Amino acid sequence: MVIGERKPFEEITRMLEGHKKVMVLGCGGCVTVCLTGGDEAVRVLSSQLRMARDNQGNPIEIIEKTVERQCDPEYIEEVHALVPEVDAVLSMACGAGVGFMAERYTSTPLYPALNTTFVGGSKKEGYYVERCQTCGECKLYYTGGICPITRCSKSLLNGPCGGSTKGKCEIDPEVDCGWQLIVDRLKSLNLMDRYEEIMTSNDWRTNRDGGPRKMVREDFQR
Amino acid sequence: MQGFEPTIVAFCCHYCAYGAADLAGSMRLEYPPNIRVIRLPCTGKITPVFLLRAFEKGADGVYVAGCLEGDCHFIQGNLVAKPRVNYTKKLIEEVGLEPERLEMFNMSAAMGPRFAEVALEFTERIKNLGPSPINKKYRNLKNEAA
Repeated sequence: MVIGERKPFEEITRMLEGHKKVMVLGCGGCVTVCLTGGDEAVRVLSSQLRMARDNQGNPIEIIEKTVERQCDPEYIEEVHALVPEVDAVLSMACGAGVGFMAERYTSTPLYPALNTTFVGGSKKEGYYVERCQTCGECKLYYTGGICPITRCSKSLLNGPCGGSTKGKCEIDPEVDCGWQLIVDRLKSLNLMDRYEEIMTSNDWRTNRDGGPRKMVREDFQR
Repeated sequence: MQGFEPTIVAFCCHYCAYGAADLAGSMRLEYPPNIRVIRLPCTGKITPVFLLRAFEKGADGVYVAGCLEGDCHFIQGNLVAKPRVNYTKKLIEEVGLEPERLEMFNMSAAMGPRFAEVALEFTERIKNLGPSPINKKYRNLKNEAA
């Protein structure tokens, strides 16, 4: 899932300065799972904003709403009657959701309430870790399912480097060396011959080169 | 502020603090009338939304009273509540309220005197802090006085 973290409260209040009525719009997708942008988060942030503005003697009216996903046109259509009623929309979705909302609703300012941080998963409740950098060139066959781009701090394709000590990375003794994990896994799978293959450099054109990426399923095009 | 009587919301677990409140009553113990008790099936039910809403509606102080640690009827509901209360302290601080206006206490159903003691201590604490800036009643009085 896409992981997002809420922006500092002060930054959010600064964005909303001068607005009297706003919509705080949650997203029922990834950011609900990582507890930062779902219905609960909308209610918490709205309550905080109302109190902070009340405290300043400058009350704000808030419409609280959460849609299934903000990265799908049919779901953001649900709020089309509400958007013209407000001065601004504060989206609690990831950057993709904010972008979709901004494309659909062009006459109302769209603000992000989250910083979109990474693609990852939950180790346990409320604890999220990065597992993919969406480089567009999966090497996981060679590395026992452990991503060298993400897990190695240098994104080395033929590691480890000299900074690996006792299975930990030189950047932080808390961080596992990605290549130590890969070698250990390949050994346990009896697949060390894959480690012997020299990986050629990544084709970074699939990562960011050529502007925004797209994926089209032809069988769904009409 | 002279004559300030705070409104305090106490979220009490059915299996402990709510029973303790009952016991305090049976024992004819006196505690301040500022406390508004809301019964919960377990303090694990608490989320930041509950606590923020209480402040938003004008509570000057809010506390959560759950079972003694290790004694939760639902095994670890009170341990779920504890970090949530601490997290909500940060949320109210961002808004401009003192984090001391929110607290978590632990007690058993047999601790009627402790319930009364907590009610008294917390009421004193909130009286010293003064009215919540969100509390409209006192804000209007303050404005009139000014």
